[in-house]
Amino acid sequence: MNDTSTVRRLATRAAEATPPPVVARVGGLGDRAIAWLFIAPTIVLLLAINIFPLIWTIYLSFTNFRANRPNAAVEWLGTRWYTSILTDPDIWAAMQVTARFVVATIVIQTVLGFLLAVLIDKKFRGHGFWTTLILLPMMLSPAVVGNFWTFLFQPQIGLFNYAVSFVTGLPPSSFQMLGDVSLAPWAIAIVDTWMWTPYVMLICLAGLRSIPDYIYEAAEVDRASKWRQFWSITLPMALPFIMLAVLFRGIENFKMFDMVNLLTGGGPGSTTEVASISLKREAFEKWRTGYSSAFAIILFVTVFGLANIYVKALNRVKQR
Amino acid sequence: MTTRPDPIPGAADGDPAPRRRIFRRGPWENAATGLIALGVIMLMQPFSIELYSWSFATTLAGTVMFIVVSKFPE
Repeated sequence: MNDTSTVRRLATRAAEATPPPVVARVGGLGDRAIAWLFIAPTIVLLLAINIFPLIWTIYLSFTNFRANRPNAAVEWLGTRWYTSILTDPDIWAAMQVTARFVVATIVIQTVLGFLLAVLIDKKFRGHGFWTTLILLPMMLSPAVVGNFWTFLFQPQIGLFNYAVSFVTGLPPSSFQMLGDVSLAPWAIAIVDTWMWTPYVMLICLAGLRSIPDYIYEAAEVDRASKWRQFWSITLPMALPFIMLAVLFRGIENFKMFDMVNLLTGGGPGSTTEVASISLKREAFEKWRTGYSSAFAIILFVTVFGLANIYVKALNRVKQR
Repeated sequence: MTTRPDPIPGAADGDPAPRRRIFRRGPWENAATGLIALGVIMLMQPFSIELYSWSFATTLAGTVMFIVVSKFPE
C-alpha cells in the first residue's frame, strides 16, 4: 500500500472519530474563521506573557507600588519616577558605564570579526574545522561562560593570569582581573569579545560571500592591487552587513546583564554597574518596583528605538 | 502658455497632489532614525546632565515618529 492511500485512510478514520457536535460547529466556519481559531491560542499566549506585562509595567511606573508590600495602598505619582531617574547622577553614571562597555566591545568585535571573516573567506586547507572552532564560544550558554571565565580569572589558579604572566613576566597573583577597578571593565569586555566576535564574523562572512566574483575579475583586468580591491570593493560592499552586526551587538550589549552579574556583579564599587545591574538592584534589592518599572520603560524605549533602526538597516541589506 | 507639473507616482492623472511629495516615507524615516540616534547619544554622553534629562523625550519622540511615518507611502 502506498503512502497516499495510508494518509487518506488515516484522514477518513480521524473524520469518523470526530464527535458530531464538533463537526457541526467547525463545518459552518469559513476559512478565515478557522485560521483565526488556529492562531488564537498563540495570540492569547502572546498577550498574556508579552503585552499584558508591558502595559502593567507602564502602569506601575506611574505609581509607588512595591512588590514586597503587595497589600499597601498604591498611590498615583504621575511622572515623578521618570523625572527622578532622568536627573539622578548615579543612573547617569550607570548609563556612561554601559556606553563605555558598548563602544569598547563593538569596536573590538567589529575589527576582529571582520578580519576573521576575511581570513575564513579565503579557501585554505582545514578551513571548515577552523570555522567550527571559532564559532564554538557563541554556542555556549552565557551562564556557563561567566562561570568558567571566573575560574580563568582567578589570581591564584586562573589560566588567564598564568598566560599574561608568561607573556609579560608579571607574577600571576600580582593582579586581579575581576577585583581591580581599572581591570574589571576590561575583563568583561574580553569575555564578551571572546564569546560574540564569531557572531560578528558570521554576519561579515555573509557580506563577503554576497560580493559577486566578476567584480574582482574586472578589477584584476584593470590591474587594481589587492589593497585597492579591498578598499574599493570588499569594504564598501560588506559595509551594510558590518553596520547590521554593529547595530545588533549594540542592542544586545546595551541590555547586557548575565555576564556582568556572573563575573563582577557590578563591582568593584560601581565600576561595572551597567544599566541593567542598576535596574536589578532597584527592583529586587531595594524593592522600588514603581521606580524600577519607570527605569525599565526608559531602557525599553531606547532598545525599541534602536530595534527600529535595526529593522530599517535589515531591509536595506535585503534590497541589495 | 502654462506648463503642467510632472505627474507624481501614485497620484491620480491631472492631480499634482503636493501633499504626497511632503509625506514620503524615506526622508521622514531618516529624520526619525536621526532623532532616535540623537536620543541614545544624549542618554549615554558624559558631558551634560541637561542633555541626559531630555534624552528619553527625544528617543520617545523619534520612536513614535518612526512608527507613524513607516505607514507613509514610498
